[in-house]
Amino acid sequence: MSVETIGGVELELNDEGFLTDPSQWNEDIAVELARREGIGPLTDRHWQIIRFMRSEYETKGSGPSVRMLGKTSGVPIKELYELFPKGPAKLAAKIAGIPKPRGCI
Amino acid sequence: MGDTIEKVSIIISKGSLEGIYPGLIMANGARAEGIEANLFFTFFGLDAIHAKRLDHIKVAAVGNPGMHMASLIGVLPGMSAIATRMMERKMEQFDIPGIPEFMEMIADTGCGMYACKASVDLFGFTKGDFIPQVQDIITVGEFYAKAAGGEIIFT
Repeated sequence: MSVETIGGVELELNDEGFLTDPSQWNEDIAVELARREGIGPLTDRHWQIIRFMRSEYETKGSGPSVRMLGKTSGVPIKELYELFPKGPAKLAAKIAGIPKPRGCI
Repeated sequence: MGDTIEKVSIIISKGSLEGIYPGLIMANGARAEGIEANLFFTFFGLDAIHAKRLDHIKVAAVGNPGMHMASLIGVLPGMSAIATRMMERKMEQFDIPGIPEFMEMIADTGCGMYACKASVDLFGFTKGDFIPQVQDIITVGEFYAKAAGGEIIFT
């Protein structure tokens, strides 16, 4: 657990760097979290996934797996890995300020 | 390398449903974590990439204590198909894809897929027998070269 100030907001991050309070999230924070993961500048396609992660989290209480992202986000799996090479569901969740999805598939 | 895993090479040597899935789940899960992954299919594991066979992978109904059923019952015609159907229905409930979809998906994640040359020769297969996601037929030496610097998991 660590506390950091990003975009003037004091944020608590867990050991893996995920926001502990998703309600603190905003787009400036997303840009900075992405930069730390070596992703950027964020394109429309990145934002499409980041916003999709947020809305899934808000309606279902957790983020989707890579397979569900591929089926429902409108971005195919191959492209998801081009956008977020180090794991699309995990990284997009982190950048979207929501908890890490926990499925095995 | 620190205390994280950066790369895994997973060998699938069995052709039963329960012999194939764990390796596929581990490869897919590795990619989901951003870990580089390779799949190497050998012996009966080649059925998982055989274009005409991967849609007909069955649970072993005989000699499988995990079935909790006498092998004498397992030998009855159709038992393996019944057990497989039950397992597939269960997996669908838990959103686990069938093997053909899973193979396609894993290839799309950027996982490498290779067939073992010794086994391919032994069974008289050619590259044309396999699904297009299979990148190459490689020797054990070439496998070790690809696996260099990572973990090797045999299933």
